Amino acid sequence: MLTKEETHTELFTMGHTGCSGCAQSMSVKLIMEILGKNTIATNATGCLEVFSTRWPESSWRIPWIHSLFENSAAVASGVEAALKAMGKKDGITVLAQAGDGGTADIGLQALSGMFERNHDVLYVCYDNGAYMNTGYQRSGLTPFDAYTTTSPSGKESFGNQRPKKYMPEIAMAHRIPYTAVASAGYPMDLQKKVKKAKSITGAKYLQVDVPCVPGWKYEPKYSVKLAQLAVQSGLYPLFEAEYDKIISVRKISKKVPVEEYLKLQGRFKHLFKDDAGRAEIEKIQKIADENIERFGLI
Amino acid sequence: MKQVLEGSMAISEGVRMAEPRVISAYPITPQTHIVEHLSQMVADGDLKAEFIMVESEHSAASVVLGASACGVRTYTATASQGLLYMEEVIYNIAGMRLPVVMTLANRAISAPINIWNDMQDAMAIRDAGAIMLVAENNQEAYDMHIQAFKIAENQDVMLPIIVNVDGFVLTHTFEVVETIDSIEKVREYLPPLNMEYKLDVENPYSFGTLGEPSVYMESRYNLYNAMNFSKNIITDAAKEFKEMFGRFYGALIDTYKMDDAQTVIVAMGSVLGTIKDAVDELREEGKKIGVLKVRSFRPFPEEEIVASLKNAKNVIVIEKAICPGKGGILSVEIRDSLFKHKINSVSVNGYTLGLGGRDITPKNIHDLVMRAEKEENVDGEFVGLSQQYV
Repeated sequence: MLTKEETHTELFTMGHTGCSGCAQSMSVKLIMEILGKNTIATNATGCLEVFSTRWPESSWRIPWIHSLFENSAAVASGVEAALKAMGKKDGITVLAQAGDGGTADIGLQALSGMFERNHDVLYVCYDNGAYMNTGYQRSGLTPFDAYTTTSPSGKESFGNQRPKKYMPEIAMAHRIPYTAVASAGYPMDLQKKVKKAKSITGAKYLQVDVPCVPGWKYEPKYSVKLAQLAVQSGLYPLFEAEYDKIISVRKISKKVPVEEYLKLQGRFKHLFKDDAGRAEIEKIQKIADENIERFGLI
Repeated sequence: MKQVLEGSMAISEGVRMAEPRVISAYPITPQTHIVEHLSQMVADGDLKAEFIMVESEHSAASVVLGASACGVRTYTATASQGLLYMEEVIYNIAGMRLPVVMTLANRAISAPINIWNDMQDAMAIRDAGAIMLVAENNQEAYDMHIQAFKIAENQDVMLPIIVNVDGFVLTHTFEVVETIDSIEKVREYLPPLNMEYKLDVENPYSFGTLGEPSVYMESRYNLYNAMNFSKNIITDAAKEFKEMFGRFYGALIDTYKMDDAQTVIVAMGSVLGTIKDAVDELREEGKKIGVLKVRSFRPFPEEEIVASLKNAKNVIVIEKAICPGKGGILSVEIRDSLFKHKINSVSVNGYTLGLGGRDITPKNIHDLVMRAEKEENVDGEFVGLSQQYV
């Protein structure tokens, strides 16, 4: 439980132009509550940058910089280096932010460099599983069989043909001090992980599952529910790792079939048309079951 | 103190005197010696800086971008492909009005891969919004780097600067260089960076925000204006440097034996040494010939160039880069400048030489002077091609 003094509300303020039900903006607010005002944030190009900083307005009451799509980690490295050079690093958190495309695709090189050099930066990947800002195109973190505008379903396809890239394990392979996976569906868990990351010196990676109303095509009221179903089905395992070792996993309290998660989303509706689609749902169930087995989620 | 220094050593010594606090780079020939020397200085404690050796040029530029936005003095260096890789970041640095200083060890662009000198890399980035200065020799390269920080950090400029030095011809060549002994004197010339807008938890600003159609053009106009205004600051920086350290190479341009010159050779960078030698010989033969050195390529010193060339008959422009589908680059800008000032009595002949490290010899210069007397408005014609390969 957080004390009142530990929360710093309004550092990411209302008035931005995020969609109703946007789980990313919700997560940012939760993260900023923990990090507090002594934070400098970098931001990759993407939804968050666009909807929070339409000049001359900005939702950020902390120093914030957006440069390009693929360099959030490198800009954050520079911010950290400058703070060190000025002798001001102590007490200031450097937060790097990007979406899943800006992290696992175009930004992976810069991120790998930041990890390898072990900059004292908390890198947060808001994972909504596609390039939502440009209109729902597939990324390396798009889940198997999801419809996107560049992995459409059709007579010859059930949507995205590849499973999600295991980005947190790529982070762990760098032997950084802390890697964590969290979810907009579990705010306390998310804040606990942010708090821990804040206390650790060195490179930290936090990936947050953030359902996207227009991209996933569901009713805004389901944002939190979907994030929870992703976890409870085993499709989005939440865990923490130190260096290359997993130190904790969030157990599934009541396992749900993946179908419960899929059926609320337009991006999977093509799987519910016929038997062939049913067979695909079985494949997705297998992915969830493998996660449950591998991470010991039950 | 007079020392025999390799160009890269001279550059890193100049950078050391400017005391950048964050340096970031990725190795690429022929820039490597510069960042090696700087790394050693940091390792030896002779330069107090965070040296971030990154995984790519894109990140090198991004690191100095982030550091510069925090209000510290920053430096990077690259060449050729490395510059192309960081190009979008340089546009971004300029757009955010961050005073990053970088060295460009001018080198040809692949394919075919070629590590030797020409200026195609510089030409590829001329519209990024970075000030582009060109050094002629190691001494000027040393001095120009100190001047560059002063220009970039001027409150009415606030733009990145690319200091161009010819790869190998300068970076890997030893010359006598007079270095400045007193860091206090350099500090007097170059006061600490003081940025009004920076990333500071006590006074938070948002950088790099979304500029919609209603504001984007104004932002670009302000950058454009600052670039034009920087002509004054480049000039002041050169003059002030002369007063304090006694050396001067011209401000935006420099001229050599231009009194009564009917033929003028225009060039940038190290080739000017060869040209001046050739001009000395041609003067002895009675030719009325002079040299115009373009020291600032961006901003382009149109007024100064027109004033120097308006009484000439023939202008020979040494092009060390080519615009396929058009021709010369520098010569086109010079011709345009004269045209705008309604001067149509000057024939501007652009000749392409020295691509990919091919030598430009005194004989080349003699030949061009003969040719230019007979030709008119040549547009980047290639000189000295080997017929068996074309």
